[in-house]
Amino acid sequence: MAGYVPSTIEERKEMLKVCGVESIESLFEHIPDELKLKYPLNLPSGLSEMGVSRTMQKIAAKNHVFANVFRGAGAYHHYIPSQVKYITAKEEFLTAYTPYQAEISQGLLQSIFEFQTMICELTGMDVSNASVYDGATAAAEAIAMCRDRKRSVALVSDCVDPKNLQVIETYCEANGISIRSLASKDGKTDINALEDELNETIACVLLQQPNYYGLFEDAEAIGSIAHDKGAKLIMSVNPISLGLMKTPGECGADIAVGEGQPLGIPLSFGGPYLGFMAAKKDLMRKLPGRIVGETVDVDGKRAFVLTLQAREQHIRREKASSNLCSNQALCAMTAAIYLSVLGSKGLEEVSKQCFSKAHYALEQILKIEGFERKFSGEFFHEFVTSCPISADKLLAELEKYDILGGLPLSEHEILWCVTEMNRKEDIDYLIKAIKEVSQHAVDL
Amino acid sequence: MQLIFEKSKEGRGCAILPEMDVATTEFPVFLKRSTAPKLPQMAEVDISRHYTELAKCTHGVNDGFYPLGSCTMKYNPRINEEMAALKGFTSLHPLQPEHTVQGALEVLQLAETYLCEITGMDAMTFQPSAGAHGEFTGLLLIRAYHKSRGELEKRRKILVPDAAHGTNPASAVMAGFTVVNIPSNEQGCVDIEKLKEACGDDTAGLMLTNPNTVGLFDQNILEITKIVHEAGGLVYYDGANLNAIMGIVRPGDMGFDVVHLNLHKTFSTPHGGGGPGSGPVGCKEILAPFLPRPTVDKVGDTDWSLAWNHQPSKSIGAVRSFYGNFLVVVKALTYIMSLGQQGIREAAQNAVLNANYLMHCLSDLYPMAFDRYCMHEFVMTLEQSKKEMDVSALDIAKALLDYGIHPPTMYFPLIVHEALMVEPTETESKDTLDQAVCILRKVYEEAMEDPSGMHQRPLNTPVRRLDEVGAARHPKLRYEF
Amino acid sequence: MEFRSDRNYSKSHEWVKEIGTDKVEIGISDFAQDALGDIVFVNLPQAGDEVEVQTPFCDVESVKAVSDVYSPVSGIVCEVNEDLLDNPARINEEPFDAWLIRVEQVTQREALLSAEEYEDFTKKEA
Repeated sequence: MAGYVPSTIEERKEMLKVCGVESIESLFEHIPDELKLKYPLNLPSGLSEMGVSRTMQKIAAKNHVFANVFRGAGAYHHYIPSQVKYITAKEEFLTAYTPYQAEISQGLLQSIFEFQTMICELTGMDVSNASVYDGATAAAEAIAMCRDRKRSVALVSDCVDPKNLQVIETYCEANGISIRSLASKDGKTDINALEDELNETIACVLLQQPNYYGLFEDAEAIGSIAHDKGAKLIMSVNPISLGLMKTPGECGADIAVGEGQPLGIPLSFGGPYLGFMAAKKDLMRKLPGRIVGETVDVDGKRAFVLTLQAREQHIRREKASSNLCSNQALCAMTAAIYLSVLGSKGLEEVSKQCFSKAHYALEQILKIEGFERKFSGEFFHEFVTSCPISADKLLAELEKYDILGGLPLSEHEILWCVTEMNRKEDIDYLIKAIKEVSQHAVDL
Repeated sequence: MQLIFEKSKEGRGCAILPEMDVATTEFPVFLKRSTAPKLPQMAEVDISRHYTELAKCTHGVNDGFYPLGSCTMKYNPRINEEMAALKGFTSLHPLQPEHTVQGALEVLQLAETYLCEITGMDAMTFQPSAGAHGEFTGLLLIRAYHKSRGELEKRRKILVPDAAHGTNPASAVMAGFTVVNIPSNEQGCVDIEKLKEACGDDTAGLMLTNPNTVGLFDQNILEITKIVHEAGGLVYYDGANLNAIMGIVRPGDMGFDVVHLNLHKTFSTPHGGGGPGSGPVGCKEILAPFLPRPTVDKVGDTDWSLAWNHQPSKSIGAVRSFYGNFLVVVKALTYIMSLGQQGIREAAQNAVLNANYLMHCLSDLYPMAFDRYCMHEFVMTLEQSKKEMDVSALDIAKALLDYGIHPPTMYFPLIVHEALMVEPTETESKDTLDQAVCILRKVYEEAMEDPSGMHQRPLNTPVRRLDEVGAARHPKLRYEF
Repeated sequence: MEFRSDRNYSKSHEWVKEIGTDKVEIGISDFAQDALGDIVFVNLPQAGDEVEVQTPFCDVESVKAVSDVYSPVSGIVCEVNEDLLDNPARINEEPFDAWLIRVEQVTQREALLSAEEYEDFTKKEA
């Protein structure tokens, strides 16, 4: 028997009889014949579990998992505690739908409430939603939150991840918000350019912190200039950096968003990931998507429920400000478990190790002839260097050492990333490999 | 139940990281946060128990019958999970060189081929991460199409039946269109005359589910798509209800130009309590140039490999970072391979059989909104009992909770008063359905005997009815330390 | 159900009360608040906005629904009742005092009903 249909042939016959039809086909009689498929779908025959397992393993084996990863650029290689995988595999969480029936969904609802609290704690904001698809869509939704009748232009820093910018552009073109790019200088948002660009049509300024090149922006200064002109500040932050870094709240941001993948979610070839969104209290009702609130039941017992639903598409339909429905609930739970396992000290330690190891790696790379740092300024766990030989060539050679090197930004520039996963010996191995490759290239 | 923060204790924690093996670089003071975030400080055992306690207060498909209409809560095969957990998939950086991710590209390419065959489409993107995200993407394709023909200025209207999912009109507005609601006829299907009246040279397109949201197949579908096409519009298929027809009839053959699928419904990937889902969008050739990039192409003949195609052509741009919820696609592909040609069709057939069986076993007690064979789901209406006994759809739903059944979808579609929408799916056995019938009949009897007692239900759940008004009037959205 | 006679009503269930020369207060009738159920939030316009007769100027949210409120007259909003943002329950508890907006330069009030006429109207509608 193929598939997952449990009813036996006999049972199916009985059921058809109750329905008063001879065959299953009769139940489809009202579909016009001209529409029905005249031949079976062009799909392979079904496989047994063992068969499908072999097939998929064979496909997975065509991928290469690098022993050493020094590439980030929006997807980060971090250690995932064992607890995270086991807890998120619990079938009650895994196989539930959105918790519409609160009485039998308290576990899920409470976990989202805890997630919202942790995101508020991390970002220094007042309210958080239950998640969106990823960091890029979170930024796009945040921009839409800032638009009002008079202000419909968003200033987006040049130092935002270009992949996120693409998504923002797609969203904004559709809903009529104009995007203006905010120039950069030495790898950071140019404050002077900001002053020139601001006017009464600007709804918000979007910054990434640390930015695409790994550098820390002068977020507070930018925020206060933006606020002076009535624009809001949106900060897109890396949650691991928040183990150490000043929070968006401390920097005066109105909305904090970010990619939550570093919080216990595997690289997964790009997804599923986790977009988080948090805001100051006065923007609470503009937050899109699901939000869980605390309340009581008829017996006065504490309980949790999806709330502020009248903002949402299933009630407001064409008047809703966002169409968000399914989000990334299980990924939000993943992040909450990750943060619980690490605690604030553990998170700070991950943050410290990323920071220190990246600085160690940079120092070592700069010792190699022809490698120079592209930008000055404080950075977190990513940095850009020049590369004396073709970056593509260097990176291709590093593959032979089982190293996924940094991301090439141009012919002679590379964006490197170092996390707690890279031991000192791994970094030293990278340095040795780079030396050998560039030496060899010079010899050629 | 205590919150994790209330269980936290200073000094507890888990040993996860090794010690730093390089010299510490001091983090610049001027960039440092002033206070540490108040995250839980917990021992591992207590974290395990905390989440186990939460799991016990959560009802998933594996806990019991889950006939939530429109959500296709079928069984989620374990093998899908195991395949998606293979290191060869989970540990891939999305920006790895193509030749190191041939298997991942193959997953996307196979899934595209199979799902295009099932839907009758020509090309597909996996970027959209949920159904609503797919709708948004599909509508952007329609928008780009009209723009490329210089007609976007005049074609601003998307037609949406009044029975549609709420995401349809919301997505249309997000994509920059205005929404025109099309009333349904008495059979819950599109009113052809009203559609004709609404169609014109300002029509950008029509969004439709078929079978529709009352669980009926709209027999006029060819005429409907023709009317829209003749007006110069395109037709969008909301794939939420594809489970009823896969292997039997294809959206592409009904005249649809663009579809989104819910892999977390039809293709058995778990919903995770609200995501991650996956809402791939398929389209006909005319819309393919507008799909988000990159797409996957085969390069070379005999010695072929797979490569990203970044050609911008007329792409709408990206709707998400990278390539979508990739691991969800792995699960759906595993499922399609398991079922194969026969199994896909059988799944649809048995989904429809189960729904009709359940409907027939209940129709003498529960009034059905439409008196005809249904597809994969049907809608009951409690309008009469609400009027006569003050027992509403909500009361029946809440009473079901006492018997371990997840209630049907309540108060949807909007065109049926006091609606309960039931979708059993094909993965429930006759035994489960018979038990559900017994319970639903029992609940009905209880309602007859003690109508006002129904307002007290549920009685046996971890918490009882909630003060939702209080929650919304005085929002408490985080724990205050 | 109360139908206070110190003010006029519209067929879309708002009340209009004169509060000075060419200045009125607008709120939701007792009948309407009862039909809407527990109101949890109100989206108000801004002072300076124009309102147009029989056109929505704000909406009120209950837990599972949102309803437009139609303006019974045309004019310019000169004040909005911000207290309702924190205490939306007042619309249920004291609908006649919980005004939503104050409007000046009022025109197009011809279609307004007296309390008596409105009461009859609600009876027919029910």
